[in-house]
Amino acid sequence: MDAQNQSLQDLQHIKKMMERSSRFISLSGLSGISAGICALIGAWFANNIIERSGGMLGEGRIYKRDYSMDTLQEFMESKLFNIAVITLVGALIFAFLFTYLRSKRNNIAIWGTASRRLLTAVAIPMIAGGFYLLREIQVGNYGLIAPGCLIFYGLALVNGSKYTLNEVRYLGYGQIILGIVNCWMMGYGVYFWATGFGLLHIIYGILMWYKYERITAGEQRSTINA
Amino acid sequence: MSNPIENLNKTFDSRVRLGIMSTLMVNEQISFNDLKQLINVTDGNLASHIKSLEDSGYIKVNKGFSGRKTNTTYTVTRVGEKAFQQHLAALEKMINTIK
Repeated sequence: MDAQNQSLQDLQHIKKMMERSSRFISLSGLSGISAGICALIGAWFANNIIERSGGMLGEGRIYKRDYSMDTLQEFMESKLFNIAVITLVGALIFAFLFTYLRSKRNNIAIWGTASRRLLTAVAIPMIAGGFYLLREIQVGNYGLIAPGCLIFYGLALVNGSKYTLNEVRYLGYGQIILGIVNCWMMGYGVYFWATGFGLLHIIYGILMWYKYERITAGEQRSTINA
Repeated sequence: MSNPIENLNKTFDSRVRLGIMSTLMVNEQISFNDLKQLINVTDGNLASHIKSLEDSGYIKVNKGFSGRKTNTTYTVTRVGEKAFQQHLAALEKMINTIK
């Protein structure tokens, strides 16, 4: 019996070491929830601006008419762009914070082989998408920005899921589908944006927290009691 | 029935060695510092376990440089891969004897 227990523990140890070294598993569900909330707040502000400037249809036309953004520089200085940047920074800070706390709790270094690989896998589609969207802005295809963000972000998630929690893949599929549908519903970008970056992140975050972290929190309580 | 313990590899008795092998099975190569972080042991302890695995022919040491600093990485050998798989099979067998 003892030898069997020992074998079981050895196998669990092997599994843990394999996971720890190849996947970045500290990604917290709370990171997803907080990023989603940031996105919803950002989308709300953006929507206010769009509505004030005369309705939601034809994003491209709205930008053109009310901001007369003929150059990239003008776009960069527009309110919508500022909101997007602030939202992104806020989401990243909170996402990092919760993941940092989780890795601290699990006693896993946040910067290692696994996180390096995850970052590379995510960065490639994101950077490629960044250049592509920059060009879309330059030629004035504002309506394709929101779908482009969703599609490239989704591809980045699918690519990165190999090096972190496998469920990230499904979040990625969701973003890609939303992005593709949005391509044929230009003008509603802000709603798709809110659904993808806001709602999907929150749903994903809650599910992940429920699946992985709720149990850990319970275990910790019981060990403290014992 | 044969004794299942005889198939267990003595080299993998130690948790540290088990950790090194598990890590190398899923990573093409890994550096000393990464191993140290993952397994959470002191330099000396890790070095001695690495040495014994190297002597058994289970892992290969690649000494290189990144800039002026030495950068030593490790890879698992074919022999090591096979030995580890046999060890896993033996562990599985052990557990199955409960049923």
